[in-house]
Amino acid sequence: MTAIVANPHLLASVLSKPDLAAELDTRNWERLVWQSRAAELMGQLHHTLGSTGNLDCAPEEARRHLDAAWTISEKHAVAVRHELRGLQEILQPLGVPVILLKGAAYCAQNNRASVGRIFNDIDILVPKSALPAVEERLTWAGWFATHTNAYDERYYRDWMHEIPPLEHKNRATALDVHHTILPPTSGIRPDPNDFFTAAKPLAGEWSFFKVLSREDMVIHSACHLFFGEFHKGLRDLLDLHALLTDFGADSEFWDALLDRADHLGLTQPVVDVLQQSCRIYNTPVPASIRGNLQKRTSTRWPRWMRAWLFEHALRPNHSSAAGISTPMGHWMIFARSHSLRMPLPLLIYHISHKLFAEK
Amino acid sequence: MKIHQLSLAEVRVRLAFQGLRIPCGPFNVSIHSGLEPLAWVLHKIYADFPIADESAYVDFEVKLEAPNYLRKFVRKQVSFSCDGRIPFKPLPIGQAFPMLEWGLNWVISSHAHSYLVIHAAVVEKNGRALILAADPGSGKSTLCAALVHRGWRLLSDELALVDLVSGQVLPIARPISLKNASIGVVGALGADVELSPVCHDTAKGSIAHMKPPAASVGSIALSAKPALVVFPKYAKGTHLFSEKVGSAQAFLEIARHTFNFSVLAGDGFDAIGRLIDQVHASRISYSSFDQVVPEIERLWQETE
Repeated sequence: MTAIVANPHLLASVLSKPDLAAELDTRNWERLVWQSRAAELMGQLHHTLGSTGNLDCAPEEARRHLDAAWTISEKHAVAVRHELRGLQEILQPLGVPVILLKGAAYCAQNNRASVGRIFNDIDILVPKSALPAVEERLTWAGWFATHTNAYDERYYRDWMHEIPPLEHKNRATALDVHHTILPPTSGIRPDPNDFFTAAKPLAGEWSFFKVLSREDMVIHSACHLFFGEFHKGLRDLLDLHALLTDFGADSEFWDALLDRADHLGLTQPVVDVLQQSCRIYNTPVPASIRGNLQKRTSTRWPRWMRAWLFEHALRPNHSSAAGISTPMGHWMIFARSHSLRMPLPLLIYHISHKLFAEK
Repeated sequence: MKIHQLSLAEVRVRLAFQGLRIPCGPFNVSIHSGLEPLAWVLHKIYADFPIADESAYVDFEVKLEAPNYLRKFVRKQVSFSCDGRIPFKPLPIGQAFPMLEWGLNWVISSHAHSYLVIHAAVVEKNGRALILAADPGSGKSTLCAALVHRGWRLLSDELALVDLVSGQVLPIARPISLKNASIGVVGALGADVELSPVCHDTAKGSIAHMKPPAASVGSIALSAKPALVVFPKYAKGTHLFSEKVGSAQAFLEIARHTFNFSVLAGDGFDAIGRLIDQVHASRISYSSFDQVVPEIERLWQETE
């Protein structure tokens, strides 16, 4: 039992081995609920325990939190589908392709990653040339920018892969409109046309929307996670675990994924995802693929340092999963994500502005 | 064990290390903070609160700390976090105690989904509850403080928790939050009213908290059956105005004040229906306690 207490990966352990639930005492159930709350994984935890017959192991006090999280995730899915219907109505007349990204795509597809999942923003991808028309239609329908000062406007328009975030004036739903999947300042500039060409239309009610091809979907989520600050790292990695488990049932998927990543110049984040997802969630990646991953990439960082960094980045943001090296780890993750996103002079300019000009 | 049985130094040590574990409505919270002034106010205002024992399940870990290293020293600030989530922007360090109170209200209203969470004050007499539901600034907390001072038991000045199954109101009995002129009005009720130091220049103006009576805190295990709903409205200089509110109108008003109505959906709708069926409801405008308190007592007798 003490072995579990000392484990900062209590949550990930239970998600990948739900039968552990039977061995948890009150202190561990407390921690499990706290960690799943901090990682925004409580709905998924409810589903994992429920689908493996382990939910009844939860003491009543923990159970009510898990049940409430499940109820909220169900309401959330209804609300997201309502927003998507609205967006379809607004954007359909423009005749431009609209790709749903991340949570919105999982929800519209009703795939394994969407089960129990809640998210704050709806993300869509449209061609850059269509942005003015898309923004105008959205504005008339009540979607307004939340970051409206001149610096933020410049930050997003000149440097980022999305326009300033929008919010609906009545419902306060957040909408991020992207024109590519990575900030152009990162120096990695995959051609957005590649994504539109490979995108697949959804079936039935959502046929207006498209989703990324399965390889691109994994690559996009991988970039989002491994170029970011890992705020919801464990959650995003669980999404990827679910996608990989689903898509990987087709044995041709793995080579297609790695070829596509090579083509887009995004091999590193995909290799990172496969390695970390296997480490944390025991994702069924074929041994032939796993064995060759390390050879595919080379980084400036020593391998042990990257391992140390990801070990810290992929813990729940909760004191019960923290140790003395946590602040250092978080600082390095912050520095890493910014250095990946922009060149150093721009980074210094940006951080100086955030620190001094806006206080 | 109660908080007043600990010395201030012991409260400080608990806050800084293992956490001060107290009941917060339907939950137990473990409060963590290294902030000096917070321990002092907590020790005074939460004096009668029980400390959850070691075996109790702790639902939430909440922290009040500087938002970053710089803000420990320069233009000091405090940030509230609950299990890694930060619902509010940081505030100046002097507002640490109001921030704890707002944070604990947020914890309840965002998570107590086995209950209707209604934005309302609740007081009790003989096992029956009076619910005062109103928009912010209507004087509900002030009226609640006055009723409590006249012997009603405090359940909450801010959140009415109506059990979805039993229909009973669950006590919270945390400090009563007072704004601006209300602070003086409640302070003048009597020498036995204990208030926290006033925090000026908060988002809501000046804020102070009234210590909940020991008897109310001592009865947090006793729920109450809703009997009367009043929609109070304080307006300076007005005559007393009191009218009955029909079931449909009362239903809509309560639904509007229910924080988790959209989360609970059908279950919430049914629970509000059952609540309205068992209470009388009235709307009262007033400008003094002398007008409103006898009127409430008259309406209360009608329900008996």
